[in-house]
Amino acid sequence: MAAPHVALRGVRKVFAGVERSAAVDALGPLDLELARGEFFAVVGPSGCGKSTLLELIAGLASPTEGSVEFEGRPIGASVPDGVGVVFQEDASLPWLDVSANIAFGLRHAPLPAAEKDARVKRALEMMGLVDFAASYPAQLSGGMRQRVCIARTLVTEPRLILLDEPFGALDQQTRLLMGDELLRLWRATGATVFLITHALDEAAMLADRIGVMSSRPGRFLDLVATGWPHERDSRIVEQPSFGTVTARLWKTLREESRKALGTRPPVA
Amino acid sequence: MKHLVLWRILVVAAGVGLLEALCLAGVIDRITMQPPHEIARDLWRMLVSGRMNAAMRKTLGNAALAFASAALAGVAFAALLHGLRQTRATLDPLFATWYAVPVFAFYPLLISVFGLGDLPQVLIGFMLGVVAVIVNTLNGLDRVPRVLLKTARVGRLGRMRTAASITLPYAAPHILTGVKLAVAYSLIGVVGSEFIMSRGGIGYEISFAYNNFDNATMYPLIVLIIVLSTAINAFLSRWEQRLRVRRGQR
Repeated sequence: MAAPHVALRGVRKVFAGVERSAAVDALGPLDLELARGEFFAVVGPSGCGKSTLLELIAGLASPTEGSVEFEGRPIGASVPDGVGVVFQEDASLPWLDVSANIAFGLRHAPLPAAEKDARVKRALEMMGLVDFAASYPAQLSGGMRQRVCIARTLVTEPRLILLDEPFGALDQQTRLLMGDELLRLWRATGATVFLITHALDEAAMLADRIGVMSSRPGRFLDLVATGWPHERDSRIVEQPSFGTVTARLWKTLREESRKALGTRPPVA
Repeated sequence: MKHLVLWRILVVAAGVGLLEALCLAGVIDRITMQPPHEIARDLWRMLVSGRMNAAMRKTLGNAALAFASAALAGVAFAALLHGLRQTRATLDPLFATWYAVPVFAFYPLLISVFGLGDLPQVLIGFMLGVVAVIVNTLNGLDRVPRVLLKTARVGRLGRMRTAASITLPYAAPHILTGVKLAVAYSLIGVVGSEFIMSRGGIGYEISFAYNNFDNATMYPLIVLIIVLSTAINAFLSRWEQRLRVRRGQR
């Protein structure tokens, strides 16, 4: 059996209390293995530690206990080579035009200028941004700005792409289309994708496997294999089994979401 | 926007016109002030003759030095201070009250330490300008979104590269506000110190002309200072505006 691309073993994250407030047990203990080239999505109630989990895998935070490995090497307190992250918030650089924003990811890469230019051009084409290469982020819609951020990550040709609710601010139609683009990019790059989302349908549509997290401290309650073919797009939502997957996700998540909100089940 | 500019020009022109009328009508006597058209004429003659070139070189050179050092040191110090929470908390109240300190009062001390050359004047210009740059740079750095700092970490940029390619460019419009103030303060500092004790420079020449009732020299020099300061300020304001518009800010 091939070694996992990403492996989390006994990972816990506890945030120390600030002044008199108590420490927050945010995550774990949890174990997870991602295969190379797998598309893995995480869903869970608000505040369950999804983003913390992503930050641990990215090397943006360190676990309190346990270990995180990427390509067989432990991830320390810095982001390893070959990892790209797309955040939920707009991370475009407002003083650079689209082309320069995308090229920013390669600014310090030891590559010839011609190779950098070629990658930027390819990314512009791939993300449908050619006509906006000279535009500034302030002139773009939220969806286009997010595409710029994805393109900036893609030009570095990461082997692991971490996405923290990248389509959270977009409307439903745009999200579906962006999902198609993401699937296309995933197939084109062969990268392992770790996606955090609050949208069950998005997770069900995009992922090979979905991790359903409990309320805090976040643990995996269920790992759902969707069984979708490698070649797929948003039309997968038309399949009857799509409803089965989302129903299973919601069944697992319903009680946890209640707990997170602090509400009681309705009296029958 | 064009209407606003037009109105601005009209207001200034009306003020100048009023002064012209008051001077020509004798309401303002000639010992106090010449009519503006004569000031303009004398300024032109002064510039053409080149008799004030040495004074202008000294003042503008010193002001430029004071400004450049205030801008560079201010941005560098603020970038460094931004990462030092405790030190920042200690210094913030001092920055807030800095402009309550009469910097010119340090002049005797600066002379006794640095001598009678240009350095004390440059230092006063620097001291007046640098805090404006520090305060505005810190203000800009405080506004850098956390996601951009995370982006820098994902790009594995070190502290210097993060400052050079993320935080300082993000803070640029705020830094430019500080730079704009530093230009004015540096010029004020240098010209003001030339008034107090100097053997040259525009401030000295204005003071000399004032003591000798030489309005034909004093007013053109005052106008020259105002025009220079306003022109630099207007140029920087346009630049600042362009940066803000590019970022979708108004």
